[in-house]
Amino acid sequence: MSEPISRREFMKASVYFVGGIVGAAVGIPAVGFLIDPAFKGGSKEAWIPVGKLADMPEVGKPYPFSFTRVQVNGWERTATSHGGFIIRKSDAPDNLLILNSRCTHLACTVNWSEADHVFLCPCHDAKFDPEGTVLDGPPPRPLDRYAEFRVTADGILEIFYKEG
Amino acid sequence: MWKKVFAWLDERLGLNEMQKNLLERPEPKGNWWNTLGSASLFLFILQGATGIFLTVYYTPSPDHAYDSITYIMNDVTFGWLIRGIHHWGATLMVIVVFLHLLRVFVTASYKYPRELTWLIGIGLLIATLGMGFTGYLLPWNQRAYWATTVGTQIAGTVPFLGEFILKALRGGADLSALTLQRFFSGHIWILPVVLLALIGAHLFLIIRHGESHWPTKED
Repeated sequence: MSEPISRREFMKASVYFVGGIVGAAVGIPAVGFLIDPAFKGGSKEAWIPVGKLADMPEVGKPYPFSFTRVQVNGWERTATSHGGFIIRKSDAPDNLLILNSRCTHLACTVNWSEADHVFLCPCHDAKFDPEGTVLDGPPPRPLDRYAEFRVTADGILEIFYKEG
Repeated sequence: MWKKVFAWLDERLGLNEMQKNLLERPEPKGNWWNTLGSASLFLFILQGATGIFLTVYYTPSPDHAYDSITYIMNDVTFGWLIRGIHHWGATLMVIVVFLHLLRVFVTASYKYPRELTWLIGIGLLIATLGMGFTGYLLPWNQRAYWATTVGTQIAGTVPFLGEFILKALRGGADLSALTLQRFFSGHIWILPVVLLALIGAHLFLIIRHGESHWPTKED
């Protein structure tokens, strides 16, 4: 030891050192605590199974389906219901039209009318043809479609759901 | 460069003088028991910091209080640590404040000219216990609920004024959402402000008088 440090200097350095460790031990977790939600996933898209394709044999007939999405934010769970119709356009298993049953006017759920062969909205009497095109009423655009879908190995039809 | 900045600030703020008067003031021969006051102050700051962080997630409503704490403990990064420090720090703070009081009593440091420091210290002890009492309800679990039920009932046994005190504490005749809300308000606003003011006065008096000597045989 060429330059022995004084007792005072040693105490000072020790206090800074220990203080730094204590500060970091609390400070770093505190920052993590604060920004934690930014690292949480909360996926807004998913593949949703809607039924066996074999159960929807008839071409041109809308088969209804529905599913529920649960959004978890912290300790709050919000469930939202979704639904739609699956229409075979031919016998080919990938030639499907999948419509969202949410009316594009004010989000009421449309129903299939077998008699008139149209989708009817109960709220404002809007009519859509089997392709989803607006025939009558206030909706500004055709029914939305689930454009992406796939059939799993065991014949389950899955649609790709994306929020918003 | 740094020196210039410091000199500029020092000229206006008197930093060097402040350091000399506040941190390098002469002390009687050191004794570890004399550090309990500083330890209390440190714990107060720690409780304040962790408490502020907890309010980021905690919700003082009967519907969400328990769930929000469960969320802090299980899902928030280091939530268990921040709440753990706040939880155990609270117990430790009551112990340290009480030991500090005992030390001052045993060394007779409450005597002239420090009577006011002592009285303010009693105020600090009561406010600290108040923090413990109000904070205990916030998890809104069975233990918290019944502890507060019993605690407020005890306050309610005061002759003549009992019912008034009970209702004022609970915000009504029953333990309810109002109780949780006012305990929360007391815990994060009212009592901390009281504590801060009293700590300021306490420290001012300590710096004004300097610390008392450890009593000798002649005392």
